[in-house]
Amino acid sequence: MSEIDRLTVTSLGADPRSAPLVASAQLLGVAEVVAIDVADVFFVAGTIDDTVRDRLSEVLVDPLLQEGAWGTPADDRSGTVIEAALLPGVTDAVAATVLAVADTLGLAVEQAATGRRYVVHTAGGRALTDDERDRLANRLLSNAVIERVAVGAIEPAFAHASTPTPVERVEVRGLDDDALAALNRERGMALDPAELRAIADWFERAGRAPTDVELETLAQTWSEHCAHKTFRARVVLPDGTLAPSLLGRLRDTTEKLAAPFVRSAFVGNAGIVSFSPGVTVAVKAETHNHPSAIEPFGGANTGVGGVIRDVMGAAHHPIATTDVLCFGPSDLPHHELPPGVIHPRLVRDGVVAGVADYGNKIGLPTVAGAVLYDPGYTANPLVFCGCIGVGADVAPPTGPHPGDLVVVLGGRTGRDGLRGATFSSATMDATTGDVAGASVQIGDPITEKLLIDLLRDATGCWSAITDCGAGGLSSAVGEMAEHTGADVDLALAPLKYPGLAPWEIWLSEAQERMVVAVPPESIERLREHARRTGVELTVLGTFTGDAVLRVRHGDELVLELETSFLHDGRPQRTLPAELPSPRRDGAIPRCDDHAAALLALLAHPNIASKEAIVRRYDHEIRGTTVVRPLVGAALDAPADGVVLAEPSGSVGLAIGHGVNPWYGVADPERMAHAVVDEAIRNVVAVGADPAMVALMDNFSWGDPRRPSTFGELVVTVDAICEASRAYGAPFVSGKDSLNNEYLGADGERHSVPPTLVITAVAHVPDADAAVTPDLKAADDQLVLIGTTRPEFGGSHLGAVLGGFDDPRSGSAPEPDPRAPERYRRLHRALRTGRVRACHDVSEGGLAVALAEMAIGGRLGVSVEQLPVDDPTVALFAESTGRFVCEVAPGDAAWLAAELDEPVHVLGTVVADPVVHVGPCRVGLDAAVRAFGGAS
Amino acid sequence: MSVRPRALVLQAPGTNRDHDAVFALELAGADASIASLLDLADDPAPLDAAQLVVVAGGFSHADALGAGRMFALSLDQVIGDRLRAFVDSGGPVIGICNGFQTLVRAGLLPGALGHNASGSFQCEWVTLDPQPGVCVWTEGVEPVDCPIAHGEGRYVHPDVAELERNGQVALRYRRNPNGSDADIAGVCDPTGVVLGLMPHPENHVIARQHPLHVRGGGGGLGLQLFRRGVEHTRRS
Repeated sequence: MSEIDRLTVTSLGADPRSAPLVASAQLLGVAEVVAIDVADVFFVAGTIDDTVRDRLSEVLVDPLLQEGAWGTPADDRSGTVIEAALLPGVTDAVAATVLAVADTLGLAVEQAATGRRYVVHTAGGRALTDDERDRLANRLLSNAVIERVAVGAIEPAFAHASTPTPVERVEVRGLDDDALAALNRERGMALDPAELRAIADWFERAGRAPTDVELETLAQTWSEHCAHKTFRARVVLPDGTLAPSLLGRLRDTTEKLAAPFVRSAFVGNAGIVSFSPGVTVAVKAETHNHPSAIEPFGGANTGVGGVIRDVMGAAHHPIATTDVLCFGPSDLPHHELPPGVIHPRLVRDGVVAGVADYGNKIGLPTVAGAVLYDPGYTANPLVFCGCIGVGADVAPPTGPHPGDLVVVLGGRTGRDGLRGATFSSATMDATTGDVAGASVQIGDPITEKLLIDLLRDATGCWSAITDCGAGGLSSAVGEMAEHTGADVDLALAPLKYPGLAPWEIWLSEAQERMVVAVPPESIERLREHARRTGVELTVLGTFTGDAVLRVRHGDELVLELETSFLHDGRPQRTLPAELPSPRRDGAIPRCDDHAAALLALLAHPNIASKEAIVRRYDHEIRGTTVVRPLVGAALDAPADGVVLAEPSGSVGLAIGHGVNPWYGVADPERMAHAVVDEAIRNVVAVGADPAMVALMDNFSWGDPRRPSTFGELVVTVDAICEASRAYGAPFVSGKDSLNNEYLGADGERHSVPPTLVITAVAHVPDADAAVTPDLKAADDQLVLIGTTRPEFGGSHLGAVLGGFDDPRSGSAPEPDPRAPERYRRLHRALRTGRVRACHDVSEGGLAVALAEMAIGGRLGVSVEQLPVDDPTVALFAESTGRFVCEVAPGDAAWLAAELDEPVHVLGTVVADPVVHVGPCRVGLDAAVRAFGGAS
Repeated sequence: MSVRPRALVLQAPGTNRDHDAVFALELAGADASIASLLDLADDPAPLDAAQLVVVAGGFSHADALGAGRMFALSLDQVIGDRLRAFVDSGGPVIGICNGFQTLVRAGLLPGALGHNASGSFQCEWVTLDPQPGVCVWTEGVEPVDCPIAHGEGRYVHPDVAELERNGQVALRYRRNPNGSDADIAGVCDPTGVVLGLMPHPENHVIARQHPLHVRGGGGGLGLQLFRRGVEHTRRS
């Protein structure tokens, strides 16, 4: 008879988790909370005697730091006890390690689970109201997506087997459109009427009813997420003419550019380029928005894991990750929080912890990124995760070939990501048979790290590779088998716990799995590599050659579809576009106090230092980070881009981002051009060659079935194609995430602001010549390059001053046709080493750029010569295409000659700690304080 | 011509700075290779042949039970006796970050490592001042600049005075980043051959890696420690 015991482990000193919880409780309107004690709880089941307890305590409790107590703790009368535990079936690395410890020590522990214990103390010991207690329990101390919570001691729950539901056959033949629509709703398939009709017709011809496995597979393969129906849709313009799809335009632009360094664009898991002989670089960026909204830690965590697998799925070895994060205001008053929405500060803290956890543990530097705040992201935070990998510049694997084995590597399959919502509301205890399929999972970076090691060591063992992402095996095997067909047996898949129905195994989104096609003669070699690395390997079936996908569960055939129907049978969508008509009126906000405006801009959350976040990420591992996200004398000033260079090599890679949703609201077309420009400018500023830049696009928008929203996408894509041609920088990969909307209590749908993230990855010919924006020496000259215009549409000066009567006033920055040539010439100038600092001019304009350079160098600036007469325009306009350069005294003329265009000599670097720009005079200390004040 | 000593870098699932350590060791004049505990359980010969051992940094077993605990347990099970014999014979061992946490939990080094005072993982550059004492890894070394990247690096010892008397405090932070007792960044065993430290000297082995390099600045290389370790193998 198995018995259950629990160990509660408490810190001897203050637990560092406590203080942030108290701050967050106050944020949730429970102001009288003065302390929240935290303890870790371990549940074990098996033959638990004193020997087992003692041996486990030795490992789980460090006597210099902690104390442990076995058994359920007595009631704590000093405060309110709240305990939380992961739902059974949610990835729990700690519980798995407890079992590994028991196994190593030969202890009879059969199951393990973990939890956390909180004791909430209030001022004067006042009892919490039921509402306050529930708010803390449900909104701060636990998340119902992955956890259950109890007041007092929680009962443990372990994963138990359940009886699998048998395969169901669902009649679709002879159904009219209404009946198909009802079936669509009932099964949550999110398909169009035309798509449902195509499915019904196919099974009509096949002369049979589909199985649930087949319907789920079609719904998944044809989903917006997998099929990108909007970007592949025919565009209907306002005059009724048809135009090519958005994806078609992007592909066509890249093909016509014919950049010699592009190896693969818009196919497979990632874009691939080659900047140096013998080496290829794979780049990919993904969004993980909805998961991060409902479970910030797990959503961001698995977002990072997923994009790293994309790069592995492109047969490249990951070397770095990036992240661009968009949140609601962190100081949003509790009463303004929409119902059911997690507070933006808790979202931010959870997302940052999730990114840090995965990146730090898997051992990749998290190097580049951005953090944006806007009320438009309160209900729909955005999480863009990117990854860069390297490989050998050899012909890519040509498989799968008929006869190759279908092999799954890595983690086990559970109910992860399957209809989680219906499970999560059930009450759970030790006797509950079902295992919840949380719709968001916690990642397991160590398993993925082992996969990286295995794939690095076992090259040549497979003929094709892909990752298991959305749609799980159905998507991975389905895509690989597109030209060959495959025959797999789901009964062979290793499961986390027994009892999964065939469709659950096939569709499960369990993380940390890769699928490879392995020629039979290589399987033993791969098996040996897998054993040595500690990676689980399972042969599920074979790639056949008859272009039919067959899925069995033991003896039962549960899916049989022609791959041509699965991949090409979906009717193309047609979407109407209504094009935006932005105001371009050149209005200038009224600014009476330029010094106050500069300090307000430096302190604005979008411009202020992100150090508190950046330092949570390991950006040093691999020893390749040459230009870091934070630079300068005190290492607290923002870099434009980052530069990575192998310690043994001389060349580097620069990574930069462009994103500006505020321009997106004002003028999507100009926004699109401006953010391409900014991404490229950021890499050029650190020393990258503008002739060797590859771009990625990531779109997060609202519902594209609204013609005005689709119209924004249409002009945005046209503008980035135009910019791509202008700069000679091809797009090689992209992704769209649509329907980022929230149905408010007002009954209105609220969309995120149009958010386009452009990532530039570029070649740095000489990593030792990388340039940073921090000022280097007093008496140097400061030179502005580019043209300043009255451009304030979507500007940050408008944001801090509220200086417009109508927030849609002003013009978003227009494209500068001279910028591409300017960047080529500036690059040649930077390579001479005579430009001592270089910074792009972006949010907040020239004054902010100069202040950031001054902060970086802990030197002052003295600027008397403004580029235009109107000081507000000179200091704060956000015209694109501009840089500030620092050169030695007398070198301004040399720089002008190099650039072959007029430059503007602004003034000089001074030892005096003051930022003096025309009418604005601010002490360097005040600037440092303002910039560092927010996070 | 002197023969390059053989250095072995130990790793467990989740170790991730093993390749950085190999690069540093090679630069310091050793022939370095990586072995997992799984490899050594199959065949301990690489450990028997090693003249210098590194327990590398990372997140072994995801730090699931607290940093280094599971690594220490399996280390003890698989090679505990061999590693102790190696140390008894004067063989130099360095545990970096997670390797330090592991050696402490395995009982080869004194004290404990708790959560940073900030409560968070921290990645930043620090300056380390070598302390007079018995440590063979830091003897005659100039101050070292290198990054930290850890969440559980607060060094705790119930009797720092005793460590000091024994000359076991090997490295101190010039500016304490994590609340460690007496600014301690690294400690050694009583014989001085086993060093554990939280910062990452393997990530500052060439000048370009220093964040102030672009400003024409810099600081002492972490490479010095690996050079001392390699020199020690030639002495013993």
